[in-house]
Amino acid sequence: MAIIEPVVEELDQHPDVALVERVRGGDVSAYDALVRKYERQVFRIALHITQNREDAEDVTQDAFLKAYQKLDQFRGNSKFYTWLVRIAVNESLMRLRKRRTGKMVSIDEDIATDEGSVPRDLADWAPNPEQNYNQSELAEILRKTIQGLPQGFRVVFVLRDVEGLSTEETAETLNLSIPAVKSRLLRARLQLRERLSRYFHRTKGIEK
Amino acid sequence: MTCKEFLALLDDMIDGSVSPEMRDELHKHLDHCGHCKVTLDTTRKTIEIYRSHEIYDIPDSLREQLHTAIMTRCKKGC
Repeated sequence: MAIIEPVVEELDQHPDVALVERVRGGDVSAYDALVRKYERQVFRIALHITQNREDAEDVTQDAFLKAYQKLDQFRGNSKFYTWLVRIAVNESLMRLRKRRTGKMVSIDEDIATDEGSVPRDLADWAPNPEQNYNQSELAEILRKTIQGLPQGFRVVFVLRDVEGLSTEETAETLNLSIPAVKSRLLRARLQLRERLSRYFHRTKGIEK
Repeated sequence: MTCKEFLALLDDMIDGSVSPEMRDELHKHLDHCGHCKVTLDTTRKTIEIYRSHEIYDIPDSLREQLHTAIMTRCKKGC
């Protein structure tokens, strides 16, 4: 007699879901796999927000520990990674607050209201402008440039464009509306572009 | 289409989330607006540079230290 196998309903399930279930069942090695998978991203995000390596290390530890402790509260209606990033962002902001002796820190600070303004800087860039700099010079330029962005723009740019979260995931992670994420992303991209133009504009090679 | 209207759709264009009709409109604007063409190209390049250059990577030794610290605390029940 033929045995009819139950239909597997979880074919398109994210692989993290199975790992999370194993952790909930007491398998710590499954959490080891999740930590290994995301520790780089969490560290980078923490460093982008705190701008301090020691703080980023502490935040990375605390975020993973908190996620482990609160895993029962993870409902699975968002990705584990998005949920983890949300914890890491909050831990990073708390860390900043501590450094600033209790002053409230939010991702809204330093937001200028220049909505809809057309960029003035028209300088075109050289083809492959990054090749005019060696790796460490380029990294320094990119770090300096992104550090100059207001916090609220920087976090959105990092999550959306560097770490590859969707607009919806970024909104959920930062507790912002989708229009707010879009508006900040546009301004972040344009400000970075304008600031990078100082280094990458077309005449650089000739001037040198 | 004005430059301001183009700019409002710049991100959607970069992210490929505009309708084919709207994309045609945007391209029509680009055909006669050098300003917006430069803005589009250099904004795309900005994103690409940040995506392809890791400016805050974590050294392997530090990563291992952090990993061990996290797992030790988790195994202790934090």
